[in-house]
Amino acid sequence: MTVDMSQFYQVFFEEAGEHLSNMENLLLSLDIESPEQEDLNAIFRAAHSIKGGSATFGFTDIAEVTHILESLLDRIRNGELALQKDMVDVFLRAGDILKDQLAAHQNNEESDTEAARGVCEELTRWQHSDESAAPASTAQPPENPPPADTDTAAEQRYTITFTPSSSPAEHGVHMENMAAELEKLGAVDILAEGSAENPVWRFALTTAAPEEAIREPFDFFAQPADVVIEPAPPAQAAAEEEQGYGFFTDIASPEPAEEEAEQGYGFFTDVDAVRKTAEEEAQGYGFFEKIEPPQETPPTAASGGGAGRRDVGQPKGDAASPGKRPSDKAATAAQTESIRVSVEKVDQLINLVGELVITQAMVAQTANKLPPDVYETLQVSLSQLEHNTRDLQESVMSIRMMPISFVFSRFPRVVRDLSSKLNKQVELKTVGEGTELDKGLIEKLSDPLTHLVRNSLDHGVESPEKRLAAGKPAKGTITLRASHQGGNVVIEVIDDGAGMDREKILAKAKERGIPVSDTIPDQEVWQLIFEAGFSTAEVVTDVSGRGVGMDVVKRNIIHGMGGRIEMESHSGAGTRIIIRLPLTLAILDGMSVSVGGDIFITPLTYIVESLKPREEDIKTVSGRGRVVYVRGEYVTLLPLHEVFNIQPVVAEPQDGILVLVEAEGKKVALFVDELVGQHQVVIKSLETNFRKVAGISGATIMGDGKVALILDISSLVRLSQG
Amino acid sequence: MAPEATQETMDEVTPHLSQECLTFTLGAEEYGIDILKVQEIRGYEYEAVTRIANSPEFIKGVINLRGIIVPIVDMRIKFSLGEPEYNQFTVVIILNVNHRIVGMVVDSVSDVIALTPEQIRPAPELGSIMDAQLLTGLGTIDDRMLILVDIEKLMNSPEMALMDDAAAELAGA
Repeated sequence: MTVDMSQFYQVFFEEAGEHLSNMENLLLSLDIESPEQEDLNAIFRAAHSIKGGSATFGFTDIAEVTHILESLLDRIRNGELALQKDMVDVFLRAGDILKDQLAAHQNNEESDTEAARGVCEELTRWQHSDESAAPASTAQPPENPPPADTDTAAEQRYTITFTPSSSPAEHGVHMENMAAELEKLGAVDILAEGSAENPVWRFALTTAAPEEAIREPFDFFAQPADVVIEPAPPAQAAAEEEQGYGFFTDIASPEPAEEEAEQGYGFFTDVDAVRKTAEEEAQGYGFFEKIEPPQETPPTAASGGGAGRRDVGQPKGDAASPGKRPSDKAATAAQTESIRVSVEKVDQLINLVGELVITQAMVAQTANKLPPDVYETLQVSLSQLEHNTRDLQESVMSIRMMPISFVFSRFPRVVRDLSSKLNKQVELKTVGEGTELDKGLIEKLSDPLTHLVRNSLDHGVESPEKRLAAGKPAKGTITLRASHQGGNVVIEVIDDGAGMDREKILAKAKERGIPVSDTIPDQEVWQLIFEAGFSTAEVVTDVSGRGVGMDVVKRNIIHGMGGRIEMESHSGAGTRIIIRLPLTLAILDGMSVSVGGDIFITPLTYIVESLKPREEDIKTVSGRGRVVYVRGEYVTLLPLHEVFNIQPVVAEPQDGILVLVEAEGKKVALFVDELVGQHQVVIKSLETNFRKVAGISGATIMGDGKVALILDISSLVRLSQG
Repeated sequence: MAPEATQETMDEVTPHLSQECLTFTLGAEEYGIDILKVQEIRGYEYEAVTRIANSPEFIKGVINLRGIIVPIVDMRIKFSLGEPEYNQFTVVIILNVNHRIVGMVVDSVSDVIALTPEQIRPAPELGSIMDAQLLTGLGTIDDRMLILVDIEKLMNSPEMALMDDAAAELAGA
């Protein structure tokens, strides 16, 4: 069948990716001593699904690895082999190899065959770790029902002779897919392959399907006359057949339905090899690869295991139709009702709703000017419209919201690998995994969080000896916590390690020429570590110490996501890093302020408070402008009209309003004419058609249709520091 | 098929076909720009323009053009053509150059003229007033002289301060 399979590749890659993450999570949470049966089954199913799909698409390298993987998994879940910690390590590494292979296929690159081969060998060794003698291919797990010797009455054996009227070379690819198609109908034997001398192909097919169904795949590229289908007597070597196919065993097994589910893998073995020994089915991924039988005795057991696995059968007997993926689909379908939608469509939807909100605000503003008594019904309707629009907006934004567990899920693995590498004992706790945030933020959060966790592991948590000496438990704890607070998502990375060393940081800062005094508050000291290249590590390891990570964190979180970072640390007790992110990137809650008639939007997340100062509280500091005394501290005054060169309506701070904002640990008082209101605004890019403006992070369209500029608080704070 | 593609291929194949220009006036001078770069023509709403801080005089600010933020420049100020007036006759030409949308305030807009190559003379060196690279020539129609400007090069040039240096490099300014 000349169906172009590549259109289905993307779906396969996505689903295989999901299976792999699922598998990894389950592996990490396995209790080595007494693993949960359902977990083992789920891991097995994941590997099985990947294998099926990869074989269908001809990704033989993936199929190879997954095949051995699932053989081993099968033995474990049947209780034949005991699970051991090192096995889990191998499984995890196999998962990594599979990920690479998937990526390689996706990007049309070469994958690392050496590594794959290494993993396969290891897996195979584990598989036979309890076997003393080399088993014959008949070695099958004891629980298996003995394979039936004869075909069931419903199935008929056919001989298909195909004489291509055009060159065999042309049909080479067709034949492979062809063979896959025939697989789906039943057990296939290749009796003769077409070649230059003799282009005739002969297959033996055992199937319950009617002749028309058999003929169907050929119809796509062959003349009906070229294909001859005759019923044939049951094969003499029925026993061989059973064992011979590894993947199509139990041709006549009591469960033909689930059989068919497994047919779709397109595994072919060279007929001669099959006839000789029953060992090659495991290797037969390359459709018509000529496999040298004698050399490959070791994998015999693998195939034996493979055959055995099939006999046990899948718990879910899915009445599969050709082209349907194996029965796992039934299980997954039952768990979640969901649709795959491309991200562009969702983004488009969000943009349109954003525009709708703006338009609705404009209508509301215009309507507000009308006399309320005359236009009462209009006002009521508009009020209703506003409710509907807000609800619509919330619903649409929630489409892009995903639970933060997507980010947290990779950390057990990171912590596990890193802690064993650093010889530290660390336990990872996650709290609030269900907290949802925007998909775009999730992707951007992954890298910075990884840096922070690695830092905690490397610099924060001490070695077990040090911890015991300090009276702490040998096992350190790193906690990832996520929650909603106000209009923000708050993510915390907490460790109970040694805490940050204030003196060391100050010393390093002075060394690097950063102007700091010894009396600056802790909060400001911690912020110093964000300087590029800043590190107090004595030794640079490949984990950390170069002074790069925190810079990346700052850039990604603060500038990339409009978030904020705070840190708390106590020497000897631990460190807590708090990241605050807005709920989405596109919409902003802001306070609009007026300066000289121009409207500016201040993001709400940065605002601490707004106040009308008293004249006495405004002090001048020669050379550094003015400060205002607020709640026991002196805060720098930053008149926005000076920053933006606007003629203000109000000249003196005490006649205007001060908006106290905080960014990067520092507070600044913005001096504006007046507060206008609080709005939820849609962020529009200024840089699409214009250049970057200092102190401005973007623009928005207000209810009256005019453009208002959104303040970039971080850069304003930096500006005020001189 | 993109109009630009047609235009270019046509120019290569049949050099005798004309180039269509939108003509506009700045002060006493008439200019002509490639019609394909013009997206629309609007009136100038003084109140609707949001000022951008610390930008050159000729950048009036930004406006909301059906949901997009578009900067507005006043060429009369840029070319120092006396005191610009803003009244009901003031026109803003919205340009689409290199997928960037920019608005240009001019005194008035005239017709679209198709200029044949014979009508276009090379531009003389005007020295510092306008970089000769920005001019594609001088057109003559009857008694009128049209200063033909490569509007894309002009808008992308660093002196217009419309783009960051990196973006300007990308645009090949």
